[in-house]
Amino acid sequence: MTKISNIRNFSIVAHIDHGKSTLADRLIQITGGLSAREMKQQVLDSMELERERGITIKAQTVRLDYTHTDGEKYVLNLIDTPGHVDFAYEVNRSLAAVEGSLLVVDASQGVEAQTLANVYQAIDNDHDIVSILNKVDLPAAEPDRIRQQIEDVIGLDASEAVEISAKTGLGIEDVLVAIVEKLPPPEGDVDAPLKAMLVDSWYDQYLGVVVLVRIIDGELKKGQKIKLIATNATYLVDQVGVFRPTIEYTGKLGPGEIGFFTGAIKQVADTRVGDTVTDDKRPCEQALPGFKPAQPVVFAGFFPVDAAQFEDLREGMARLRLNDASFEFEMETSAALGFGFRCGFLGLLHLEIIRERIEREFNVDLITTAPSVIYEVYMSNGDKIELHNPADMPDVVKIDHMEEPWISATILVPDEYLGSVLKLCEDRRGRQKELTYAGSRAMLVYELPLNEVVFDFYDRLKSVTRGYASFDYHMIGYEQGDLVKMSILVNAEPVDALSIIVHRGRAEQRGRGMCEKLKDLIPRHLFKIPVQAAIGGKIIARETIAAMRKDVTAKCYGGDISRKRKLLDKQKEGKKKMRQFGQVNIPQDAFISALKMDEN
Amino acid sequence: MAEGTKNYSPYDVGFGIYVHWPFCLAKCPYCDFNSHVRHQRVDTDAFATGLVRELQHFHQLAGDRTVTSVFFGGGTPSLMPPRCVEQVIAAIYDLWDVAGDVEITLEANPTSVEARNFAGYRAAGVNRVSVGVQALDDDDLKKLGRQHSVDEALKAFKLAGRIFERTSFDLIYARPGQTVAAWRTELERALAEQQGHMSLYQLTIEPDTAFERLHQTGKLVVPDDDLAAALFDVTQELTDKAGLPAYEISNHAACDQQSRHNLLYWRYGEYAGVGAGAHSRLLTENGGRVALSAEKHPERWLADVEATGSGVIETENLSMADQAREFLLMGLRLHEGISLERYEQLFGRKVSQQQVEALNKQGFIDFDKTRQNIAATKTGMRVLNSLIALLAD
Repeated sequence: MTKISNIRNFSIVAHIDHGKSTLADRLIQITGGLSAREMKQQVLDSMELERERGITIKAQTVRLDYTHTDGEKYVLNLIDTPGHVDFAYEVNRSLAAVEGSLLVVDASQGVEAQTLANVYQAIDNDHDIVSILNKVDLPAAEPDRIRQQIEDVIGLDASEAVEISAKTGLGIEDVLVAIVEKLPPPEGDVDAPLKAMLVDSWYDQYLGVVVLVRIIDGELKKGQKIKLIATNATYLVDQVGVFRPTIEYTGKLGPGEIGFFTGAIKQVADTRVGDTVTDDKRPCEQALPGFKPAQPVVFAGFFPVDAAQFEDLREGMARLRLNDASFEFEMETSAALGFGFRCGFLGLLHLEIIRERIEREFNVDLITTAPSVIYEVYMSNGDKIELHNPADMPDVVKIDHMEEPWISATILVPDEYLGSVLKLCEDRRGRQKELTYAGSRAMLVYELPLNEVVFDFYDRLKSVTRGYASFDYHMIGYEQGDLVKMSILVNAEPVDALSIIVHRGRAEQRGRGMCEKLKDLIPRHLFKIPVQAAIGGKIIARETIAAMRKDVTAKCYGGDISRKRKLLDKQKEGKKKMRQFGQVNIPQDAFISALKMDEN
Repeated sequence: MAEGTKNYSPYDVGFGIYVHWPFCLAKCPYCDFNSHVRHQRVDTDAFATGLVRELQHFHQLAGDRTVTSVFFGGGTPSLMPPRCVEQVIAAIYDLWDVAGDVEITLEANPTSVEARNFAGYRAAGVNRVSVGVQALDDDDLKKLGRQHSVDEALKAFKLAGRIFERTSFDLIYARPGQTVAAWRTELERALAEQQGHMSLYQLTIEPDTAFERLHQTGKLVVPDDDLAAALFDVTQELTDKAGLPAYEISNHAACDQQSRHNLLYWRYGEYAGVGAGAHSRLLTENGGRVALSAEKHPERWLADVEATGSGVIETENLSMADQAREFLLMGLRLHEGISLERYEQLFGRKVSQQQVEALNKQGFIDFDKTRQNIAATKTGMRVLNSLIALLAD
């Protein structure tokens, strides 16, 4: 057990690409957590997807041994946190488990909206903060300007900001010195009853459910009988250890330490993040305040392309849910797509990650339907319905009014792109709340309906600002809106999986956009195909897919037969990736691509 | 495969022999055929002897048959010295019975140099040449990588007409930048020159060709589907008017002038292919059908033949389902279409009656109920691949 004054617990706050994972890699390497041979890039991002996308999805933790310049040995616990808005709740609980944060800012890019949101969370958690300017080795780096920006935009004293290059290793020693000297040690009483915060938990195929904890008071030991206060369940502690980042069994953990235990817990759902872990016989007096569980805000349908894979899909989703309690699903039937699942997600990135993991890890080709938010439908008879699938929209004559969720969005953008961003926000029914400048960058605060943001707002924002804007949001509540269900008819037949709920004022534009998209997405058939958007019985947009004009092989002789037969087989295989509606085959990606709007 | 395989087909559509000559002076940028350019002199006699050895091998496989057609393709078979052509033809006569009205075709490039061999080919037994005129526009000929001019080609074609009993005048259309009006003029000019048979191919961007690379980078723009369809329609209109209707997607002939050898492919008959990369389709004793293909690399093919008597490197026993699909995708290319009875007898399965009736109603296929025959209509021919995909389901 480590002397509490020699412990430092911290997390790293940074925008995507500003070098958080690289810095973590360097810290691990320099403190000897992994040999050069064991090092691979982004060691804390253990999921294949995390490495590929350069993002962190799940919080990870690592314990580093560091001998300070004064000769004292210190234990530094780093909790790596996700950087994306969808996983803000993971950030928050990780921050609650430590006393300090490293604020990493790219010395040429500067402060981004996501950094802002996370650093404010760190400040709310009473963190001491060490500012770090990364990538100072790059020619475009302007450390003085960015230092000033940190002071202007965030209001932190950045005069002692550490200048580093996580890539080359420059300044990493200074970071370790700053952690020890500027961040406070934890406080706790080793003799008090056990009180630990349940920071995270996940399923490991060898260890079972692994629970990540931060010890506040007392000790957690192997063989101890512990209790989870919120669920009132008791478990016998099987193993206790820390991550370096590989597992090291320590047998016990004391105040201020961060580590894990296992103990015959059946499923991740039995452990509630933010719960208090205490001793069964000698419980602590007061439980920790806990966290609000993450609520899904975006819903979409997942359907197997091949109906025979429905069970594989169910199995895959159940397996993913073992490790991700924020992902919800229930069975759904669509006239067009057959059996599938309605799934709830924390945001679009979360949706995409789950979809990719199902396709990749469980080999199920998916059709994903239009993402929807939760609408509150107030019926004339006084009932209130939570609607998260356009297909379930009640008869309009029975509806009194509908409400939709709104968000407050913070956008940081270089002023040259301000005009485009304002236009985008106005087009999406936004209400401007704030417009301030910090140097040559504008900070915008807009209130926007979530259903205008949920699908491609972030993509559009990136595209109109060439990637220079950053964006963060939080929910602010429900407001009444003039909402209608828009159906799409292909060859005069409604395709339920393409219907969306949309603001009446936006319906015609959306309808036209979707029809134009579908015209390009659906291949030509032997006959012409009308594609229409309709509200109720009224057609508001129409396009026609012309009949196929030519599809014939010019030359086919004795030496070509085998190749042409194989081509025919491949063509039939490709057809399996389409869904048939009446006589029309619609490619699986059309269901999502149709919604993407190329404004202007 | 068992020795002494005989023809057990109730529909004997003939027995053909294909001879592949894999060498060219230059590789044309659109061509994806098995052709090779050699900068050293090719030992033509060694290759001819290899072809003869492989014919002997196929005689063992296919047994005693009556050969109804022979086709020299390539590559550029008009680079073969006439004595080599003669050696191959003589070997065929030695090994098999040859029908009295046998059709022996050779593909020829219309350069003045190659035209000098025409008389020698005739003497060797060739009675039909398929002349690759390709375009009646000198700029376009250059772009297609051809070595002849329009003038040279027309002279060579006229000479061919005097020497051989039958000819084919071959053109490539739907070329980059070609308009309907320009093609109309060009085709009318060609129709005035032809002597009973034309092969009119729409330019196709084939995988792994120079044209594909240019096409992918946007440096080569070919007519879109709508323009290609219009060009196809003009082709049908003008050839019909000239008494040279299409008997296959890209082949047009006056009465009785069809290529018998190619009809054999489309009627899904039996053929033995010799030479580098050549394909064969032979019936087996148990009613099956086997697809053979040879080593594509000429020198490796020759080494194989010299060592084992055969260059065949792949033997695929075709399932009934495979055969049925091949039958459909070849047979429906023909104006005459296919017999549903023959399809059923050969492969023990039926074409979906519902699909046939639906496509008939939409005007894509003609359905002769009494003869139980289906054939693509003019509209259907343009979208034949889609029809085949529907009928082959």
